[in-house]
Amino acid sequence: MSEKPRAAVVVFPGSNCDHDTFYALRKIMNADARFVWHKEEKLENTDIVVLPGGFSYGDYLRCGAIARFSPIMKDVVRFAGEGGVVLGICNGFQVLCEAGLLPGALLRNDHVRFVCKDVYIRVENADTRFTATCHEGDILKIPVAHGEGNYLIDEAGLEELKKNHQIVFRYCNQQGELTDSANPNGSIENIAGVINREGNILGMMPHPERAMEKLLGKSDGKKILQSVLESISNSK
Amino acid sequence: MYKANITITLRPSILDPEGKTIEQSLHQLGYGDVHNIRMGKHVEVDVDAGTEKEAREIVDTICSKLLANPVMEDYTFRVEKLQVAVER
Repeated sequence: MSEKPRAAVVVFPGSNCDHDTFYALRKIMNADARFVWHKEEKLENTDIVVLPGGFSYGDYLRCGAIARFSPIMKDVVRFAGEGGVVLGICNGFQVLCEAGLLPGALLRNDHVRFVCKDVYIRVENADTRFTATCHEGDILKIPVAHGEGNYLIDEAGLEELKKNHQIVFRYCNQQGELTDSANPNGSIENIAGVINREGNILGMMPHPERAMEKLLGKSDGKKILQSVLESISNSK
Repeated sequence: MYKANITITLRPSILDPEGKTIEQSLHQLGYGDVHNIRMGKHVEVDVDAGTEKEAREIVDTICSKLLANPVMEDYTFRVEKLQVAVER
């Protein structure tokens, strides 16, 4: 009997970080990862659903807008509603916002260019299942790669996020300061990742699956996957 | 059969970096008298509906459900009756 956490990586047409995510979960984190094609209607048995990065449906209409209505998403919404753990990375974050599973929206970067580089993010809330192995204020070096990562939410929504400690990551400089120049896309208040109120759904623009091995230059992303997989193992 | 012309725009409160960039480019080309450029989307759609009211309801629904994201976008549309059947 396998006690490994079971992870479902959803593959949309145009997903392109699905294999990196699968590799990170399976080969590095030793999870029981598998791919789930977007046309499937059931997730089957899984402990976590990961919506990976990429350009689902060519980013047509709005990023994530079409993927949000893929057949599998009905079951993802059900799974999430029952408290299932969901992680959306980059395009996956956009899909979660479009699906209404997370508040806000991701707009065109303020400088109108695609941004692909390492950034620093500060852990704003370490009391989540996705950040349990971090401390508040920790600075993680993780790459971003997106054209539409400019997080927007109305004032009332922003107050809600703050009140409920739903802002999990903010873009910062190497010293951990929240400066404009450290903000790669114009996101409101440097927001890089948010969690839902119940704490089971996280969306983030940076790619933890691309920062998993020292050999490849950085491994801070491992803390996030490790946190969430441990939280699953501990509850088994 | 009805035809709808839908215009989707970023809400006025939202900064439109794409429009801003185009505006700068036009200014560089010497058109200094154009301002406040806002980019949007135009969608044309044929609707099978018995009445204009029904067509408008369908269009309104598809706009709010998929074509526009109310967090950041507004939409308007015009609906007109098509005289000839359109080949699909």
